[in-house]
Amino acid sequence: MSQEYEPKIIGFLCRWCSYMGADLAGTMRAKYVPNVIPIKVMCSGRVDPEFVLQAIKKGADGVLVAGCHPGDCHYIEGNYKTLRRMTLLSQAIKSFGIDPRRVRLEWVSAAEGDVFVKTINEFTQTIKELGPLERLSNGIVREPAAAGVAR
Amino acid sequence: MSETNGSPEIKKDEPRIGVYVCHCGTNIAGYLDVNKVAEGAGALPNVVVSRDYKYMCSSMGQELIENDIKEFGLNRVVVSACSPTLHEKTFRAACSRAGMNQYQFQMANIREHCSWVTKDYAKATEKAMRIVSAATHRVARNRALEERKVTIKPATLVIGGGIAGIEAALTIANAGKKVYLLEREPSIGGRMAYFDKTFPTLDCAACILTPKMSEAANHPNIELLAYCELEELSGYLGNFKAKIRKKARYIDEDLCVGCGNCWEVCPQWRSSEAVKKRKAGVKVFHHEATISPMGSCYIPTLQAVPKLPVIEKDTCIHFKTGKCNKCLEACTLGAVNFDQQDTYRDIEVGTIIVATGTKVFDAARVKELGWGRLPNVITSQEFEILCNASGPTGGQILMENGEPPKSVAILHCVGSRDENYNVHCSRVCCMYSLKIAHLVREKLDADVFEFYIDMRTPGKGFEEFYHRVMDEGVIMIRGRGAAVSDVPFTPEEEGKLMVEAEDTLLGMRRRVPVDMVILAVGLEPQEDAMDLGRMLGVSCGMSGFFIERHPKLAPAMTMAEGIFLAGTCQGPKDIPDSVAQAGAAAGQALALMDQGEVSVEGFFAEVAEDACSGCRTCVPLCPYRAIDFITDKNVARVNPALCQACGTCVAACPSSAITGQGYSDDQLVAELDGALLPLSDLFEEPEPVGAPGGGV
Ligand code: SF4
Ligand code: SF4
Repeated sequence: MSQEYEPKIIGFLCRWCSYMGADLAGTMRAKYVPNVIPIKVMCSGRVDPEFVLQAIKKGADGVLVAGCHPGDCHYIEGNYKTLRRMTLLSQAIKSFGIDPRRVRLEWVSAAEGDVFVKTINEFTQTIKELGPLERLSNGIVREPAAAGVAR
Repeated sequence: MSETNGSPEIKKDEPRIGVYVCHCGTNIAGYLDVNKVAEGAGALPNVVVSRDYKYMCSSMGQELIENDIKEFGLNRVVVSACSPTLHEKTFRAACSRAGMNQYQFQMANIREHCSWVTKDYAKATEKAMRIVSAATHRVARNRALEERKVTIKPATLVIGGGIAGIEAALTIANAGKKVYLLEREPSIGGRMAYFDKTFPTLDCAACILTPKMSEAANHPNIELLAYCELEELSGYLGNFKAKIRKKARYIDEDLCVGCGNCWEVCPQWRSSEAVKKRKAGVKVFHHEATISPMGSCYIPTLQAVPKLPVIEKDTCIHFKTGKCNKCLEACTLGAVNFDQQDTYRDIEVGTIIVATGTKVFDAARVKELGWGRLPNVITSQEFEILCNASGPTGGQILMENGEPPKSVAILHCVGSRDENYNVHCSRVCCMYSLKIAHLVREKLDADVFEFYIDMRTPGKGFEEFYHRVMDEGVIMIRGRGAAVSDVPFTPEEEGKLMVEAEDTLLGMRRRVPVDMVILAVGLEPQEDAMDLGRMLGVSCGMSGFFIERHPKLAPAMTMAEGIFLAGTCQGPKDIPDSVAQAGAAAGQALALMDQGEVSVEGFFAEVAEDACSGCRTCVPLCPYRAIDFITDKNVARVNPALCQACGTCVAACPSSAITGQGYSDDQLVAELDGALLPLSDLFEEPEPVGAPGGGV
């Protein structure tokens, strides 16, 4: 393929901060890589770790969860719960043999269009470096390195 | 347009989806292939009709949807256009008009999240397709929901008693609703209370403000909460609960008549600088200048409302050593009470108006301009006090040695339009600098130099005022005042302040000796704006001011339902604009309160009692205490009136017994499916990027 590998990434964005931050990046006409497909949730606290696993299973090479800064949650402290869950999740992911860098939690406020852009660009780069996850026919998802796939 | 999957006989609740791809003029169509997206969408499961159209939000666009719903029997609609923040309501309403449940509508944001931010046409088209596919998969699982009714308490809390807060409070109070006007300073009036005259009409600020202040204080529907702070806020649109802390004034409000016996005898000055200078025999009327007596027992301005003094505990000798009782003895009514404590009370309101104003830029931060170091370098704020008839000089413009200056320089944009401090334009400084120039020319026979970057005079009568001031002989120099020094290069510069600037019209450096320098300081958000924002659920923007719901269409609303913005807390503004926005905020709050109840989004969490294991994981997680545990049934139950649909409990329930209506697991997982769908079936692979002719 002459084309560069373009990772598929899912971005769960909380409605009050990160989604608005992404909107702001748009209004600013900031340019960033097109790899992250946004999914709006009411609060980052709504992101069931299960969704992250599902996303990976269904073909995402990386998952971003973005919420309001600690202390700024529209629902008082939903994002603290997210923080706890994501920490646990990244442990679990490691034990599945998947690089925990594929799941990223980021705080992006409604005013931080620039932070949003930076996050998307950086994260996409990280995933590009990690390469596409390999999906076996029996439903197992694994790191390309483990399968010896040359990148 | 494409019409696929359109079999006429369809089972009743089978999804029949219409997808509409908006061009938004060229905002979307110029950056990605809307045609191709619409075509691709036509091949997605359950899509009955898919079209692209120039402006979906226009009435024609809305009619298109309405007609299709009827003609094709659509029961789901996806509009891929701009941000839902902008037009979700518009399209939901269109769907409702055609008899479809509005929650079976889904918006796909391909403008802010795609066309505007993607450089590559083919990739933008693909991303848009993914976003549309995600929305289309999701919408198939969107269930019909009912909006909830919320009753609204007919009372408003106005936070901030400046001109914007006062105006908003009066508007609401005159419409017959109760208002709590909260002000943390001892008196209402805000920044305007310190002005002598206002631009461009030059009317006396106090003459227009003080009647409003007393009207607010005496209005039967307004309860003034001066010298009070908002401690806590809970609740939501219609039913906010605020905890108010009333700070101890050490003055009994019921006994005090504001006679002034106490503040006149206070021997303690609040500013230690001022005390030192006064002891050294220097007249103090610049940095420490106030338009009020400035003891520890003081009144902020002589027109203060309420006209009650405050004793400042930190500087008061009584609180430090117990050795002074002068005010206590002077008060014949026995109103001084050193034992007073802060008190708390709870109030309940339906709507909130935030009018907390701004703070002025601290000129000490720009060291090279010499404020605080060089005498006779003052800020515009200090000039206002100096020029004010109730000020320390009775309105005379004097240098620190008591002489009138013979030449004055006014430096624009101090702390504004400067990457090092604030990038934003403070909007009022050009005009108030012209006003200052006029006041100096009116009161003194002095040369006035204005150092400006641009002259921004876009308001009504502003340009005319600018010409008037030029005609009065004010000398305009286009160039930022870069430095002020007192080091003379020539004998003529001896004893003067030298302003250095690059004159960008003449293309040369200028060094102008003057007697007094006035720094036109800009406006900044209040230091604690973020903290308040957190309490209210209102975010601050890049410059730190509160963000309105939409900069053009909803400038007085916030993303938090029932909370409105007025005045400079939303961004720099002059008085007329603050008053206008206050009126708008009040009008919107009134409109809500007059309805008595409003519909709010029908999203809420629901516990399936047969699936609930009774573990109680969810109960403490809910930030709104919306989950009750029904002990005799051993299940959790969500009170939909309290639930704000955050979904925290939904994600946490180990038994998956809780469904987040509107954001349920199956909806979000379907969205994932759609986003990650291999597009090759519906969609030609985007053109390979890189070298044309494609050598491998
Ligand atoms: S977390 Fe789930 S199972 Fe536990 S009490 Fe709440 S609803 Fe019931
Ligand atoms: S979704 Fe759950 S946690 Fe959130 S407000 Fe509703 S009941 Fe409480």
